[in-house]
Amino acid sequence: MSARRLRVARICKDYGRQRALVDVSLEFAPGRVSAVVGPNGAGKTTLLGILSTLVRPTSGEVLLGDEPLGRAARHTIGYVGHEPGVYPDLSARHNLLLFASLYGLAAAEERVSTMLDRVSLGDVRETLPARSYSRGMLQRLALARALLHEPDIVLFDEPASALDPAGVRWLVGEIERERAAGRLVILVTHDLEAAASVASHLVVLRRGRVALDRTEPAGFAAADVRALYEEAVRDR
Amino acid sequence: MTGNFLRHTLLVAGKDLRIEGRSREVLYTMAFSAALVVLVFSFALSNAADPAQGPIVAAGVLWAATLLTGTVALGRVLDRERENEAIRALLLSPVPRSAIYAGKLIAVFLLMLAVEVAVVVLVSVLFSTEVFAHPGYLALVLMLGTLGFAATGVVFSAALLRSRSRDALLGALLFPIVIPALLAASRATACMFDPLAPDLQPVLFWLRFLFATDVVYIALGLWLFEPVVCGD
Repeated sequence: MSARRLRVARICKDYGRQRALVDVSLEFAPGRVSAVVGPNGAGKTTLLGILSTLVRPTSGEVLLGDEPLGRAARHTIGYVGHEPGVYPDLSARHNLLLFASLYGLAAAEERVSTMLDRVSLGDVRETLPARSYSRGMLQRLALARALLHEPDIVLFDEPASALDPAGVRWLVGEIERERAAGRLVILVTHDLEAAASVASHLVVLRRGRVALDRTEPAGFAAADVRALYEEAVRDR
Repeated sequence: MTGNFLRHTLLVAGKDLRIEGRSREVLYTMAFSAALVVLVFSFALSNAADPAQGPIVAAGVLWAATLLTGTVALGRVLDRERENEAIRALLLSPVPRSAIYAGKLIAVFLLMLAVEVAVVVLVSVLFSTEVFAHPGYLALVLMLGTLGFAATGVVFSAALLRSRSRDALLGALLFPIVIPALLAASRATACMFDPLAPDLQPVLFWLRFLFATDVVYIALGLWLFEPVVCGD
């Protein structure tokens, strides 16, 4: 596991005349869960898009260690969104085998079986297409797809939306497991309780700017996160 | 580098064809639409057409059906990427965008070609036209015409991936661009089908023209696919 930090240096992103991110500078460390929260339109998803290399910043740079985060870094990034990012007409196994091939993984069959067992989809009938899965099963498959290539950085974009409470608890456990494995985890969410339960680094975005950037090595209490959030997004 | 590109291209194409092999949804829709077009034209023109014009009409009907079924294939093959935001996972993988483009192109091309074989047979029967007089040239014209259409269509379909009125816009944007290839393909096909044609010189001319347009379409497609699909 690489222990490189991810640094965002003076990032701006404009969509036409609209400024989605303004002069954002942040640092994310491995072995830590960073929660990025903020109201709708604050620029959270744009930031995650830039960190995933899918969106190019208008100015500024993102560094992984000392190197610019570019296409070559894609094999070090795993992404779990609110949509599962899998092909509904393929089964869980075939989806994972496809992505294992795209990432050029060795011993793909073994790796896929391990991941399916990890997300409790190992017993699902092999020919059953993902279209017939429940929301929770799809999100577990999404996590398996994102972690299949053992990325150093795992990005979560509202992964718990539409999950039931048991699903949210399971997901929080998996995020914690990734942190414990030394991965750099960034969680974009509206769920302040979920953020408080796993994060030791809290970033609040407001209107494209960093309104709060705080680290608490021992973690945050849910009430503290709410208070910090309310304070950061309050109109001044 | 080239080996990796080829491997990724084949993986993307194989994935699309495997999905289609399971559902056969696109293939059946294309075949049904094509049969409908050929049948409607056949009934409408059965008495009105001058028998000498039969081969020319048959060529036109063949390419009209291809245009329609190709649009169906383009819409649906790219639509599968939109479901569940699978396209995001694909774009996040280390697969070059050009390989995604080439893979999609191969998948759409093969689907269209499979339906065209059935359309050619149907046209031959319903329009009493000798379509297999020059099978080699016919195969070349079909392949080059289809390749040009698919090469352009994949780019436009990817550009409209997140557009709500994609189905309506795809034809409106795509058809004007592919007119040169379609005109060349239908002229070459009409020359081949015409039993009174003195020689095949015009076919060779239109084949060269099709080859040139395909090179341009594919080069532009490889260049434009990334900015278009990333929308950035």
